[in-house]
Amino acid sequence: MSNPSRRDFLKHSSVAAASAGVLASVGSRAFADSDDTIRIGLVGCGGRGTGAAVQALKTAGNVKLVAMGDAFADQLDNSLNNIERQTRKDDTAHVAVDDEHKFVGFDAYRKVIGSDVDLVILATPPGFRPLHFEHAVANGKHVFMEKPVATDAPGVRQVLEAARVAKEKNLKVGVGLQRHHQPCYLDLVERVKNGEIGDVLAMRVYWNGGGVWEPRRTRDEVASEMEYQMRSWYYYNWLCGDHICEQHIHNLDVGNWILGGYPVKANGMGGRQVRTDKRYGEIYDHHAVEYTFADGRTMISQCRHIRGCWNSVSEHGHGSKGMVHLSSNPRSCRIEYANGDVYQFKGDTKTPYQIEHDDLFAAIREGRSYNEAVNGAMSTMTSILGRMCTYSGKELTMDEALNKGRSVMPPNVADLTFESTPPTVPGEDGSYPIPMPGSTNVLES
Amino acid sequence: MVEIRSLIPRRLMLAIAVVCLGVATSSSLSGRLFAGEGDDEKYLRSPDSIATTEAEMKPYTQKLRDTEISFDMVPIPGGTFLMGSPPDEPNRGEDEGPQIRVKVDPFWMGKHEVTWDEYDTWRLELDKRLRQFAGRETDNIDKIADAVTRPTPEYTDMTFGMGHDGYPAISMTQLAAKMYCQWLTAKTGQYYRLPTEAEWEYACRAGTTTAYSFGDDPEKLDEYAWWYGNSPEGYQKVGLKKPNPWGLYDMHGNVAEWCLDQYLPDFYSRFDADKVHAFPLAIPTELYPRVARGGSWYDEEPELLRSAARAKSDPDWKIQDPQLPQSMWYHTDAEFVGFRVVRPLNPPSEEDIKKHVLFPDIPEELIK
Repeated sequence: MSNPSRRDFLKHSSVAAASAGVLASVGSRAFADSDDTIRIGLVGCGGRGTGAAVQALKTAGNVKLVAMGDAFADQLDNSLNNIERQTRKDDTAHVAVDDEHKFVGFDAYRKVIGSDVDLVILATPPGFRPLHFEHAVANGKHVFMEKPVATDAPGVRQVLEAARVAKEKNLKVGVGLQRHHQPCYLDLVERVKNGEIGDVLAMRVYWNGGGVWEPRRTRDEVASEMEYQMRSWYYYNWLCGDHICEQHIHNLDVGNWILGGYPVKANGMGGRQVRTDKRYGEIYDHHAVEYTFADGRTMISQCRHIRGCWNSVSEHGHGSKGMVHLSSNPRSCRIEYANGDVYQFKGDTKTPYQIEHDDLFAAIREGRSYNEAVNGAMSTMTSILGRMCTYSGKELTMDEALNKGRSVMPPNVADLTFESTPPTVPGEDGSYPIPMPGSTNVLES
Repeated sequence: MVEIRSLIPRRLMLAIAVVCLGVATSSSLSGRLFAGEGDDEKYLRSPDSIATTEAEMKPYTQKLRDTEISFDMVPIPGGTFLMGSPPDEPNRGEDEGPQIRVKVDPFWMGKHEVTWDEYDTWRLELDKRLRQFAGRETDNIDKIADAVTRPTPEYTDMTFGMGHDGYPAISMTQLAAKMYCQWLTAKTGQYYRLPTEAEWEYACRAGTTTAYSFGDDPEKLDEYAWWYGNSPEGYQKVGLKKPNPWGLYDMHGNVAEWCLDQYLPDFYSRFDADKVHAFPLAIPTELYPRVARGGSWYDEEPELLRSAARAKSDPDWKIQDPQLPQSMWYHTDAEFVGFRVVRPLNPPSEEDIKKHVLFPDIPEELIK
């Protein structure tokens, strides 16, 4: 805590990273502003989008936030307030969002992307991501987008196609799977890839916790069913993807990273046992999935939103010569070798949420290729495959899930209004239809 | 970490309402903090917890209603002591002097750091759930306890894989620790709060004047404390090492413990060295830094676990909280900070509570 050596190291290393970035930016003029300023826009002004905007603004060199968009005006104003407060002391962070560049409504993304920005941050509920990403790429914008990047297979296919176009156009794309930028992960995964624990035979990955925020509005406080779901988007599959997709993607992604690919099939079970009140929408409160990779190796996965149970947010690799234990808490990251030795990570604890932006913006300034979209899409699909298995109760291959997985989105997603009907609506008693294993069909018929 | 973007205003209003309501409308302390006196049975109070003089104070065990969870309190006699460390103490911090003479009134202190079992009863509303399962009607005691604001759910696992049952609760903000005390007060009908820095050091020293409550030799630390030298992978269950002379466990190490004070590096120099000072307290006015004492499993240098060593909170303690605004309940990166509760023999007046900010204080930047 007050350990001077570690604190000094932390400060020292961030200073070093910052100055490297500044040097690298010299001479680059490839941006809309005449100087080296990167102009950015924010689409989706919740807590995460707000945090991402601040991190983008705090990267090395001049960054200017010029446009913001959200479905809700109150959310946008709070966000702008917070961004201004958090960046006040940073000389190269510029917040210049006038009233004409605050866009509210379902179509706000088009206006932000059309606002002469170099990069757009996409941080709305994930159901909208494919539409927003595709539009950003079509308009030649660099992108930072939060995970997951879709909530269904058609959305993943859309992102994969847009990722291909982004690559052609040499657009830079960062995806908010920040473990790929966290020093403890980078160190330990490299050790595993170098064979320190032999061949990795299996993975165990968990996001077991007590759940996330409570629903934010009662029916009396909203004007329509659409607003009701949008305010409490976590609890609706089309917006959130269920928590296996929205949260557990992080751990599944680490499993994919270590095993070096994506699963070819899966089976699983899940349900809604404790969090059953109708205000909790339609998502499950637990999923357990077994994934199989092409060479037969297995990834065992659990995610749970039930209070008072065994909790863990971590990934564990079992190798022929030892085990690797990973977690976003660097102090929990270690390798246990078969001979009894232990390697404990003791390096940099800088926040990966900043590093992922530092890396992306450095790539933009240096003109290096940088595209995390394909992995973001495939790890998203890994989580969606798991959900399709738990909802249907069937064993499914990645191939059929990706190519024949049913849409969960409204058909007219580009033209939604608060009067539109969401793809799921409650019955007379206010409760929503819940997916039933053995009956629910998740593939196109 | 915790998604709070639109919860904040509502939760805050509730928290403020609880505080303001108490100050503005209730005429007596008991009317505000808990349902009433003389209801020992409902509060599950031990007769040993009742005392009006120092001589009557005994150790006692308090059960938490509707659960199988209890915690132990140990009487700490009143007295005068020298706070801080002498200039010749090896590896001391500048902020530990000059030493000042402090008078401390009697209180009980938690024999152990507050465990996850106790903390989650409040944090996760498990008491409400158990009451519901048992089919017990909500009574006046519950109503006041239920009205105390509780944290938003955590986004990730706050034990970080280090263990839950019997292990110390960690990573809470000082606000959360204070709010827990307010709930515990309502739940037990007796007034609990965090210790002041002076009370904490007095109890830690337990009459000793050495660097540690077991002497000056850091080599003996392993007998009394969990620190980086013997527990680099995390905290340990409470109460496994030897206690200090007054029967308090893990005062040195395991997890650092929140105090009420703002951290002021020159705090002691503000007092007259010739006088004895009663109830010194740096009333918090800023969110950072605040005081945590005792050192923890995360500290590599034995001197950070000394009786006089002072630690201060820092915004870095939330560095991995990706939301803005950041949670007011969790320090995502302070897996080394916990707390223990005290119960003064003479509970403070309403006025004192207000003056000394013994109640949860909402940081100003979160109110806007």
